[in-house]
Amino acid sequence: MNRSILVALKTLTWLACLWPLGQLVWGAVTNNLGADPTAKITLTTGYTTLLLLILSLAVTPVRRLVPKLAWLVKFRRLLGLFAFFYATIHLATYIGLYAGFDLNTMAHDIAKRRFITVGVAAWLLLVPLAATSTNWSIRKLGGKRWRRLHKLVYVAAICGVVHYWWQVKPGVLAPLNMTVTLAILLLARPVLAWVERRKTRAAAA
Amino acid sequence: MLIGKPPNISSSEITSRDDYNSYMNRRRFLRSAASTAVAASAAAVGADRLAQVFFPRVGALADTKLDTVKSPLTTTGEQLTSLEDITHYNNFYEFGVEKDQPAKNAGVLPTRPWTVKVEGKVKQPKTFDIEALLKLRPLEDRVYRHRCVEAWSMVIPWVGYSLSEFINLCEPLPSAKFIQFLSYYDRHVEKWATEASFYSPYSEGLRMDEAMNPLTLMTFGLYGEVLPNQDGAPVRIVVPWKYGFKSAKSIVTVRFLDHQPPTTWNDMGPSEYGFYSNVNPNVDHPRWSQKTERRIGQPFYAQRRTTLMFNGYGDQVASLYNGMNLKKYF
Repeated sequence: MNRSILVALKTLTWLACLWPLGQLVWGAVTNNLGADPTAKITLTTGYTTLLLLILSLAVTPVRRLVPKLAWLVKFRRLLGLFAFFYATIHLATYIGLYAGFDLNTMAHDIAKRRFITVGVAAWLLLVPLAATSTNWSIRKLGGKRWRRLHKLVYVAAICGVVHYWWQVKPGVLAPLNMTVTLAILLLARPVLAWVERRKTRAAAA
Repeated sequence: MLIGKPPNISSSEITSRDDYNSYMNRRRFLRSAASTAVAASAAAVGADRLAQVFFPRVGALADTKLDTVKSPLTTTGEQLTSLEDITHYNNFYEFGVEKDQPAKNAGVLPTRPWTVKVEGKVKQPKTFDIEALLKLRPLEDRVYRHRCVEAWSMVIPWVGYSLSEFINLCEPLPSAKFIQFLSYYDRHVEKWATEASFYSPYSEGLRMDEAMNPLTLMTFGLYGEVLPNQDGAPVRIVVPWKYGFKSAKSIVTVRFLDHQPPTTWNDMGPSEYGFYSNVNPNVDHPRWSQKTERRIGQPFYAQRRTTLMFNGYGDQVASLYNGMNLKKYF
């Protein structure tokens, strides 16, 4: 891909990823975050985290299906790191605006409330992935080990969706779209690998 | 009269009656100016659908002024939540599960003609017309704190009279131990109800002594005017020491029973929503703490505040629960 197109697309991706944060900051400055700003910040950052995680998980299956779009991999790290960025703001919102920086409250919540337990687990799973996102780390770990480590993102995304389900009221189906999308993206991996194996076998025979 | 603990809000923060009046006048003026403009253009294209698009219906009678009197049972020392927030941040699942949906969708609720049927353990079943209910007793201005089970809160200037006044007219039999309220339900009108898994009328209930407590309000208005549809027009119950979902909206049937009635949220999630559901900072919701709450309409860094036992109405209602284990009967 042409370098200037890549730079333009990356700039656009940055802007798109920063858009939800920009809206929140603008809303906070102009006192325009709606009736319940705390909930607005929490829901927006949580939702954006899951959305970006799902987008980053869509890269591989899309590349497999449409080899012409192989260049999408250049955007995967950006999406993943932005997902971690929003997850961190989401967690900070909980710590500051819900728990009021009170360690007892947090310990109690994490031990007792399963949606918080699984949410914190998801964030912790993302930490080593964000920490090893540099080219240097990939070289240091070696491609194979790095890839194995980064399979943790599957677990993190599942934890994130479970966190969403456990947080909403009984009867509310809002997390359904993301659940179905994530299921498709995760199932696509073994399915595509199987199809590819059959193809190579057919070619060999 | 001061209700509950002394407030920790300085009097300078309280909206004065004059400010409130001028605010309301401005609002009415803007509304009428805007609707004149829209009416003119709607007439030009011969379509009142246009007005619908720009100004979704908020109920034919909302904005109608009610004659009210002062009440000694009003809560003082709290900053009122704005009318905008009270009417655009609602849980009314029959009109959508999102907080902003009832304001958009509740216009289709037919609030006239409206009757309230009284049945069950009463001397004789009766039907009350809404116009008669409005004239039954003087309408009082009653400011109450409103605490939602979702851990947010508001301060709302309701208009109504004690439910006990109405109950006395119903002439319940001595065998009546509980009262059940059924809300308007028509899934052809409330198209959003089934999405929210509401397949029957919203049902709520109280023990008879709770219903007879003078704080329990038969409510017809808000901010001195007829209730907007999304807030439960034309008549609802307000029980200020219980989580908001106990305060049933748009009531069509009142039933006196000798047993505890089934109630909507208690049926949906018995471990999350108790029949009593008194505001209690010591009993957490399984998914979040009830020790604190977020006051609606405040900036994000100033929303958090401590939740009071019985929402601050313990002096009036704690004796209803003497000897009861409130952790078991949450």
